[in-house]
Amino acid sequence: MNELIEIKNLGKVFETSSGNIVALSDINLSIRDGEIFGIIGLSGAGKSTLVRCINFLERPTSGTVIFDGKELNSLSEKELRLVRRRMGMIFQQFNLLAQRSALGNVTFPLEISGVSREKAAEKAMSLLHVVGLADRASSYPSQLSGGQKQRVAIARALASDPKVLLCDEATSALDPTTTRQILDLIAKINREMGITVVIITHEMKVIEQICDRVAIIDHSRIAELGDVSEIFTHPKSDIARQLIFPGGKLPDNFEGSARIRIIFDGKSSFEPVIANMVLECSVPVNIMFADTRDIGGKAVGQMVLQLPEAEQDRKRITAWLDLNRVNWNYEEEGGETAV
Amino acid sequence: MKEAFTAQMFGVYGFGLLETLYMVIVSAIVSYIFGLPIGVLLVCTDKNGITPVPWLNAAVGFIVNIMRSIPFIILLVLVSPVTRAITGTTIGSTATIVPLVFSAAPYISRVVEQSLKEVDGGVIEAATSMGASPMQIITKVLLPESKPSLILGAALATITIIGYTAMAGFVGGGGLGTIAVNYGYYRYRTVIMIVTVVIIVALVQAFQELGLYLSSKFDRRKQ
Repeated sequence: MNELIEIKNLGKVFETSSGNIVALSDINLSIRDGEIFGIIGLSGAGKSTLVRCINFLERPTSGTVIFDGKELNSLSEKELRLVRRRMGMIFQQFNLLAQRSALGNVTFPLEISGVSREKAAEKAMSLLHVVGLADRASSYPSQLSGGQKQRVAIARALASDPKVLLCDEATSALDPTTTRQILDLIAKINREMGITVVIITHEMKVIEQICDRVAIIDHSRIAELGDVSEIFTHPKSDIARQLIFPGGKLPDNFEGSARIRIIFDGKSSFEPVIANMVLECSVPVNIMFADTRDIGGKAVGQMVLQLPEAEQDRKRITAWLDLNRVNWNYEEEGGETAV
Repeated sequence: MKEAFTAQMFGVYGFGLLETLYMVIVSAIVSYIFGLPIGVLLVCTDKNGITPVPWLNAAVGFIVNIMRSIPFIILLVLVSPVTRAITGTTIGSTATIVPLVFSAAPYISRVVEQSLKEVDGGVIEAATSMGASPMQIITKVLLPESKPSLILGAALATITIIGYTAMAGFVGGGGLGTIAVNYGYYRYRTVIMIVTVVIIVALVQAFQELGLYLSSKFDRRKQ
C-alpha cells in the first residue's frame, strides 16, 4: 500500500511564560492510503497536538509532514489552504456553525472553495444522504442530538472530497450506542469512498472496533506502533498494557499460589478452553482477570488464572495447556498482574 | 402646564424627535463604518486571534482607549475644528454628528470586539481546517456567527448615542436635548423639559426592544 501521510522526526515545543513545554518529540509515522489508523494515548500525551500537526493547524517546531507527496513545511499559507481542503477533520465538540442549518454547514467548505450555490446545495444534500440526515437538512445544530451533529460534521468534512478524514476524539462526547453508530459510519466511508481515516482517541474500544493499525503515544513519544490485533495480544509497553487493561490492578490478598497468564490469539478462543481444561484436569482454577474481545472477526484477549497450591495439580494444568497449544506464561509473584 | 401641550409645542417636539433620530441614525451608521472594522482588527490581531500582530493590536487598542477616556462633552469642543472643516459649522444637528462619531466609533469597536470574541474557537479552528482564508473566516464565520450579539451591541451603542445627542443639546446640538435645555433650563418650563425626557425615554425603550427582538429573531441557537 502507498503511504498517504508521512511524519518524519516531528517535534512540537510550546513556548509559554513558564518555560517550554515539549508536546511531541521525535515522531515517525507512515499512514497508508486507505487504512484506518488509530492514535491512542492518555490525556496530555500529545495526541491532539499530533493530529493538528498533520494538517498544520499547529506548525511543528521540528521535522516534517509529507501529505500525498507534498512536503507541508515548504508550502505557502495559500498552498497550505488548498492542501487542507484535501484533509477533512471532525472534532469532539462537533464545531458546527450554530447560525447555519445542517445543509448550510455542509455547503460551507464548498462556498469557501468557490463552488456555485446550486452545485454546493446539490452536493451537500447527497452527503447528508450518505450520513443519513437528509430529512434534517433545514434543522439548526441546536435542534440536533450529539450523534446527529457529528453526522453533519462528517458530511461537512467530506464535502471537499478529502483523501483523509482526521477524527479528533470524535466520539468522546457521545454515549456508547451513538459512538458505535458513528464508528460504523466512519468505517463505511473508509470502505465505500476509499478515504483514509486517522482516529485520535483515549478509548481502546474505539481502536479495537475499527482501526487497522495503532500508534500509542505516551509522554510525547510513540511508545508502540503496529497492527491492532498484534498489540492487543502482545502489548510490549507499559502504557499499552495500561490502555488494554484499564484499572486492571489486582487485589493482593492472593499470596502464595502461582498465577499464569493465558493469551488468546484468535484461534483458541473459539473453543471453551478454560471449561475443557478444568473438566479434563479435574483441577479447579481461580480466574483473576479476564478480558477477551472480538477484533476484526478474531477473538483475542488475555486471562490470568490462579492455580492450586499442589505441585502436581499445577503440572497437570500446564501440561494440558501445552498439549492443546495454548499460549501461556507464568506471572511474576506479587507483581501487578495486568499493568 | 397647558403651554406644554399646544399645537405649536407638538410641532416643536416632532421636529426635535426627527432631528434626534437623524443624528442618532446617521452617526450610528458612520460610527459602524469605522468601529466595525476596528473591532474586527482588534479581534484578529489579538495574540490568540486568526492573524496575530501584537504590536498593531496594542497600538490600536491604546488609541481606542484614549478616545474612550475623553468625556463626550469635552470631545465636542476638542474636535470642533474638524467639525467645522467637515460641515462648515459647529452648531446644529449635522455638526453634532462629527463629535458623535468620534465618541461612538471607538466605543462600538470595543462592543464589536466583545461580540466577536464570543465565537467558539473550535468553530474557527474547524473553518481553518477546511482551508478558509482569514478574510473568509471574518466574513463567513466571525460576523455571521456573532450576529445576535452584534445586534444587541448595536442597540446598546445606539442608546449610548441617544444619550450623547441630549448632552449635545447644551451647546446647540439640536434635537430633543436642545428643546429640553432651551425651554426647561433657560426658561424654567419644567413640564416641557419633562415631556422631552419622556420622549427620549420612549426612544431608548424602543431601540432596546427592537434590538432584543431582532437579536432573538436571528438567533438559531435556541430550539
